[in-house]
Amino acid sequence: MTGSSLLSVRDLSLAVAHNGNQVVKNVSFDVGAGEIVGIVGESGSGKTLATRAIIGLMPPAVRHVGGTISYRGRDVLSLKDRDLRRLRGGEIGVVFQEPMTSLNPSMTIGRQLEEGLILHTKKSADERRADILDMLKRVGLSEPERALAAYPHEFSGGMRQRIMLASVMLLKPALLIADEPTTALDAVVQRDVMELMVELTKAEGTAVLLISHDLPMVARYTNRFVVMEKGVIVEQGTTEDILSAPEHPYTRKLLSSLPFRAAPRKLDMSRTPMVSARNIVVEYPGRKGLFRKQAPKRALHGVSVDIHVGEVVALVGGSGSGKTTLGRTIAGLVQQAEGEILFQGRERSADWRDYRLNCQMVFQDPYSSLDPRMTIQALVEEALRLVPDLDGAAKRKRALETLDEVGLGGDFANRYPHELSGGQRQRVAIARAIARRPKFLIADEPVSALDVTVRAQVLELFSDLQKRYGFSCLFISHDLGVVEQVADRVIVMQDGRIVEQGDRDRIFDQPQEAYTRKLLSAIPALDLNQTGGVTLKWRLEA
Amino acid sequence: MRKFTFNGVIGGGLIAALVITALIGVFWTPYDPSALGFTSRLAAPGAAHWLGTDEFGRDVASRLMIGARASVWIGCLTVAFAVVCGTLIGLISGYARGWVDGVIMAVNNALLAFPGILLALGLLAVFGANQYGIIFALGIAYTPSMARVVRGAVLSLREREFIEASRIMGNSEIYTMLRHILPNCLAPITVLATSMFGWAILSESALSFLGLGVPPPAPTWGNMLAAGRPFIEQAVWLGFFPGLCIALTLLGINLLGDALRDKLDPRMRGLK
Repeated sequence: MTGSSLLSVRDLSLAVAHNGNQVVKNVSFDVGAGEIVGIVGESGSGKTLATRAIIGLMPPAVRHVGGTISYRGRDVLSLKDRDLRRLRGGEIGVVFQEPMTSLNPSMTIGRQLEEGLILHTKKSADERRADILDMLKRVGLSEPERALAAYPHEFSGGMRQRIMLASVMLLKPALLIADEPTTALDAVVQRDVMELMVELTKAEGTAVLLISHDLPMVARYTNRFVVMEKGVIVEQGTTEDILSAPEHPYTRKLLSSLPFRAAPRKLDMSRTPMVSARNIVVEYPGRKGLFRKQAPKRALHGVSVDIHVGEVVALVGGSGSGKTTLGRTIAGLVQQAEGEILFQGRERSADWRDYRLNCQMVFQDPYSSLDPRMTIQALVEEALRLVPDLDGAAKRKRALETLDEVGLGGDFANRYPHELSGGQRQRVAIARAIARRPKFLIADEPVSALDVTVRAQVLELFSDLQKRYGFSCLFISHDLGVVEQVADRVIVMQDGRIVEQGDRDRIFDQPQEAYTRKLLSAIPALDLNQTGGVTLKWRLEA
Repeated sequence: MRKFTFNGVIGGGLIAALVITALIGVFWTPYDPSALGFTSRLAAPGAAHWLGTDEFGRDVASRLMIGARASVWIGCLTVAFAVVCGTLIGLISGYARGWVDGVIMAVNNALLAFPGILLALGLLAVFGANQYGIIFALGIAYTPSMARVVRGAVLSLREREFIEASRIMGNSEIYTMLRHILPNCLAPITVLATSMFGWAILSESALSFLGLGVPPPAPTWGNMLAAGRPFIEQAVWLGFFPGLCIALTLLGINLLGDALRDKLDPRMRGLK
């Protein structure tokens, strides 16, 4: 925070043009040369908008109403388009959140990387090629020569984000703005990309402005960060100070919303398991053409899982590990090629009706799991439609009671899903699932689409309901933090196989397998202290 | 209940006027629509004949009122036919997928590739040119596009999680289709159905124009328009008023259709 800072934002205020609502209010912060600074906030905090203003890419509906942004002493807001363009890319690089859409799908990687070099440097074609190959090697692409001629769809999300990073770092910018650079990636890949980004920028002396909702991640890589809420900076300081002694109540709320390990529970494991899946094999059919046949793709290679009465079993793993497929197979949405699924000791196909009554599911995306044309009450009542021994009035009463239990009492019943926030919708989805009083619940990433504080509330609700009704639960998640909070037992999956399973504390404290350790290295062990702060301990990969 | 928008009121007003006129025409018209009057041939619009007379001295206003009945009837039934058949086919095709979808869509695409009016002409040649022949022929000609639109909507809907949620609840496929998929297809169906109503009236006119519609002397807007063509220079009202009726009806239907779609969709409530 010296006078010679690279970027200096002073009292920046931005407002929505047509109604004058201030979405960013008097925001001030500095980024020094070579420094990594974080901005932490939930959706709607204005963190993205504030950083868009730095590169002059505010949405047209937003107007600058006060304050200054200076980059190397120059006022960015008064720059002409021409000079702004020179600044973008050349001086200030940006990595966006969505690697699936930030690369042009119809251009080869080589052409896309070259574009910036042509625009901002006077290098010859050979020099450009050498630079690009060198950078692709540095971001960890094994065959940079081949990558030049490849198209974005040939790479995974993590690889694309590496390529994106390469394209930005090629121009050796003095400042890199990374807006949720790893949010769309799964935990392990997330960490690899972050490590790469920090390593590259450190080598080039590039300063980084890291914007994220993920407080532990920001804390891990920054020396200093800013906390934003509703367009206002509520707290800023060194990472250590904020973590150990947060001053603002919102910061404390953010920290206490982080998932902490609950006390282990004693469960009776001697009874017949509620659900057991034996040697499940699932295959996705290959394409059948007229002249060629593709072999079917195996998603699960003989997986066995037991879920005991009242137990919460977490299924974790990276994308493509088969955890979702296993969940959907147990739910009956996917037909297994081999293996059997027992419900209370009996093959479930012996009585599908009974299984359907007792097995419910909560989906990941609360925006698509509720029929937009039905009211909240109708949605929950529908779940009771096939329940025997309940008349219409009893069903209505049960639906309203259940809504009350998930904190959506009163006039929520007559609203439609689009009138609710993401967290409220997920509450409806949970109400719908538990209205039948199921014995078994499958929750597929139930909180990963939610903001940090909302996630904490929904998780708490989930745990309360689980204790009250004692249903068994298969909890599918890529977020080990969440798993640490809710699970009794953890099953780690990779490439359609179970790698390791055991009691939660055992898995988290003494992981045996390399893959489990790798997953765990992406999340911190948290300890809450008396002042409302936390200590983060990162587990090292052995 | 939120009030209709300005457009909705205009559309509703036009359609209400049309229906009332057609209803009045059942019981009363200013003149007998088929009474010939050789003394007043091709009379200009005036106090005696509000909208003038045609080459046989028949009152244009009376004939338009009678014609409204035929046009509205043909429009409604054609659209009803296409909506019911098209939605059913689209639902089955989109929900079943696999070879069922393949076969249905192959037939559907073949029909789509055939110009609608030509298809209707061929069917009329087989079934004979009368009111119900037209409805049947046009209905069949319009069904493929409705089926296609519904199938597209179903395909995108069935990937949504609330459809899976319904399956997990143990609801039958039929129930899921009717309770969750069909209502969410209503928006594209309403939009297409209202434009179809317009096409149907226009096609009926075109078929009558070609001599394959409702045979004269029974009046429809289409055959009146056709009959007015030779007299376009001496008696412009012969073609103008039926044309105006068709245009206003289409405008009304489209405005009403948009308003209805917004009103039927809970997501649009509370917006604006």
